[in-house]
Amino acid sequence: VKGPEVAWYLAVAAFLFATGALGVLIRRSPLIVLLSLEIMLNGGNLALIAMARHVGNLGGQIFALAVMAVAASEVVVGLGLIVAIARRKLDLDVDKLRTLRG
Amino acid sequence: MIVAASAGNALVWVVWVVAAFACLGSGIAVVSFSNPFYSALALIGNLGSLAVLYLLLSAEFVAAAQVLIYAGAVMVMFLFVIAYLGGRADAPWAGGPSWQTVGAVAAAAALLVEIIVAIGLKAGGSLAHGKTYAGFGNPRSIGRVFLTDHLLAFEITSIVLLIAAVGGVVLGSYARREHWGSDRAKPEAER
Repeated sequence: VKGPEVAWYLAVAAFLFATGALGVLIRRSPLIVLLSLEIMLNGGNLALIAMARHVGNLGGQIFALAVMAVAASEVVVGLGLIVAIARRKLDLDVDKLRTLRG
Repeated sequence: MIVAASAGNALVWVVWVVAAFACLGSGIAVVSFSNPFYSALALIGNLGSLAVLYLLLSAEFVAAAQVLIYAGAVMVMFLFVIAYLGGRADAPWAGGPSWQTVGAVAAAAALLVEIIVAIGLKAGGSLAHGKTYAGFGNPRSIGRVFLTDHLLAFEITSIVLLIAAVGGVVLGSYARREHWGSDRAKPEAER
């Protein structure tokens, strides 16, 4: 069983990455920005695994697992920041949180 | 024999098309739902259909880890935080098209075109499935490669997770002290 070629998987990965980038750019709620970041990371993961299948080497799958660990850490820190922001009664709006801007 | 093989191939194509469109549709749903709770639910569907694609690419262990870690643990954490914050609505397309939304759509479209052109130029039409061996991508082979060839990556991953756990605890303890920001701004005598 072979199914579609690896290029089709890469096309899906490119669409996922672009969808996630659109969400990061367009949304104001930091929660949904984090969810869109997850979509971008998953697009990258799909490309890594598709190329691992193309090359016939497990290195790409190992890389995908490492990306998953990094994504989980990023969610922990991001959600911690969001909860801290909400506890200080600041607006959950990435356009209004601009105090750090230089 | 050939009939059976082509029937199997057609079945793989059907599964691929369903999973790929579910993946793209739920990705767009995550970006366009105004309620963050529905966005998180759509992301669970996205992760599940991606796991199906991973299975088709003979990445069994990664598919299992995807369902357990992402769709299980990470999304439960997301849903807890959304429930805690009360899921405030945030309409993405409210107030008509501003320069920011137009720019964002243009930037995302440019990124998509760029990726597709880069892939097409680099490997136009030569992306067939490569040769694999028996047990490619099962837990046994992943474990062997992870603990021999990629041992450094394994150890660095553990350190990254440890740092993230420490960071989560630190951020949580700051969030528990209600007025730490305004308290610190006061002069010493008023505390």
